[in-house]
Amino acid sequence: MNAIANIKAITKRELSAYFASPLAYVFIVIFLLLCGFFTFMVGTRMGTFFQHGQAALDTFFIWHPWFYLFLVPAVGMRLWADERRVGTLELLLTMPITSWQAIAGKFLASWLFLALALVLTFPLVLTVNYLGHPENGVIFCGYVGSWLMAGAYLAVSCITSAMTRSQVVSFIVSVVLCLFLLLAGFSPVIQFLSGWASPVVVQAVAACSVITHFENFQKGVLDSRDVIFFLSLIVFSLFTTAVILRGHRK
Amino acid sequence: MIQADGLTKLFGNKRAVDGISFSVARGEVLGFLGPNGAGKSTTMRMITGFLPPSAGRVTVGGFDLAEKPIPAKRLIGYLPENAPAYTDMTVLGFLNFSAEIRGLRGAARTAAVNRVVEMCFLESVRHQSIETLSKGYRHRTCFAQSIIHDPDVLVLDEPTDGLDPNQKHEVRGLIRHMGATKAIIFSTHILEEVDAVCTRAIIIDRGKIVANGTPSVLRQKSDMAGAVTLRVSGVAATAVSARLHQIPQARRVAVLEEINGVVAACVQPKPNVADGELPRAVGEAAQGWRIQQLQVEEGRLDEVFRSLTMPDTVSRKAEGGGRKPEAGGQKSE
Repeated sequence: MNAIANIKAITKRELSAYFASPLAYVFIVIFLLLCGFFTFMVGTRMGTFFQHGQAALDTFFIWHPWFYLFLVPAVGMRLWADERRVGTLELLLTMPITSWQAIAGKFLASWLFLALALVLTFPLVLTVNYLGHPENGVIFCGYVGSWLMAGAYLAVSCITSAMTRSQVVSFIVSVVLCLFLLLAGFSPVIQFLSGWASPVVVQAVAACSVITHFENFQKGVLDSRDVIFFLSLIVFSLFTTAVILRGHRK
Repeated sequence: MIQADGLTKLFGNKRAVDGISFSVARGEVLGFLGPNGAGKSTTMRMITGFLPPSAGRVTVGGFDLAEKPIPAKRLIGYLPENAPAYTDMTVLGFLNFSAEIRGLRGAARTAAVNRVVEMCFLESVRHQSIETLSKGYRHRTCFAQSIIHDPDVLVLDEPTDGLDPNQKHEVRGLIRHMGATKAIIFSTHILEEVDAVCTRAIIIDRGKIVANGTPSVLRQKSDMAGAVTLRVSGVAATAVSARLHQIPQARRVAVLEEINGVVAACVQPKPNVADGELPRAVGEAAQGWRIQQLQVEEGRLDEVFRSLTMPDTVSRKAEGGGRKPEAGGQKSE
């Protein structure tokens, strides 16, 4: 009970911090603009939303891994870097909470914030329901996958944010790490790796790609393996964050 | 309430804190003195559980900080150096958050926040963003945070740093007031603060305790402690000097100045001269002179501080002013 109350207090504080600065509004506006632009103007190889002629949101979800590449590190970069720069980390970690509660609270706040941004794309769902008869289950599945993927990126941003007191450094490093997660399944990377690494390693790296796991969600397949992939990525990253935070205090 | 045993902190090869042991009981206000970089802040960070010690242990209210950090931390209120606070929050928002994380909910939270807002004179800025506050207000906001749960133990790292004289006075008053019921440690390098607030002071230098005692005991380590100064008129300086030199208890006699026929002189006692013996002797020697002032010096803390922390640059005129590394400190292995 106490742990939950502590996490709640921290989540509440972090969320209010987002909305106290322009960051939240800028983020939401840019995210929604990008979504609209790419869904209706760029689309997939099959064409834009209207050219598809299908009552589906493929053209919307397919861009999410790429939006998140830049937008999620921007949300996560301040989580720990700012605490260290301002010195409030000392305050936070001397309060009667465990570092796990602090990590979870902060992560949840950012994750909920990203959920809010996702929820605000609801006019797309209304539009597609107005125009045709989409499979809303598939769309829902896409949203779940997108949110899980955002959580995985965010957890990676937590690591880089804990490593440095500079938000810029945190942002750049987490973009690079997320890019790796994105590209791990791509053939140029696989080819580069198979030149010197054993097939097991290559396969393992390929399985790390968020795109392959996210594709299943887009198809409407809620596979426990994909859910576990994202959740384990989140847990692993948050655990690494805890180790890094402890390391700073040694 | 606070018990530190052999606290040691290594940063790489550097011993920032080297085997410090002390304890603070309820009702005590312990002043932590030392030059910059002596290890004050590092010690406080170990007491509050921010830094784990390389060796030694801390118990707060009977809870070992390494084994039971949460119940120990619950008893502590902490004002870190430079008084950090979440700049993106309002004063009220920040205090509400601090109260909540300390387990205060609902009416108890509101009452606690109102209490510290009043105690720390934050009424006029309660809805202001911390970012826009002046340093003094920001400092008091962080101070308010540290006392919001009425903790048994208060650890304050330079609580009056950056405050104007009025605010300093207020904060000292607060500390003295709360010291009656709590165990308080605060660090400072303002020596008059020690006299104003502390019941006991520890001087640390290069990670070690070099002195530990009440301010008056520390003051007696001063070269000037027990010295008698007098001002007389109508006598020549040479005559004053000659007669004072004949006092058997005097170790050193100096004529300080002679202005408009008033001679000021200072007599320092030999070691082991009983209290009151030297002033009496000086008074006898001064018979027939027109005495304008006769005063027994209490000793000066700044002199003790300098002689303990800068032994190489202060001449060792007397045994009392010399370095006493084992006064209350513990030897490290």
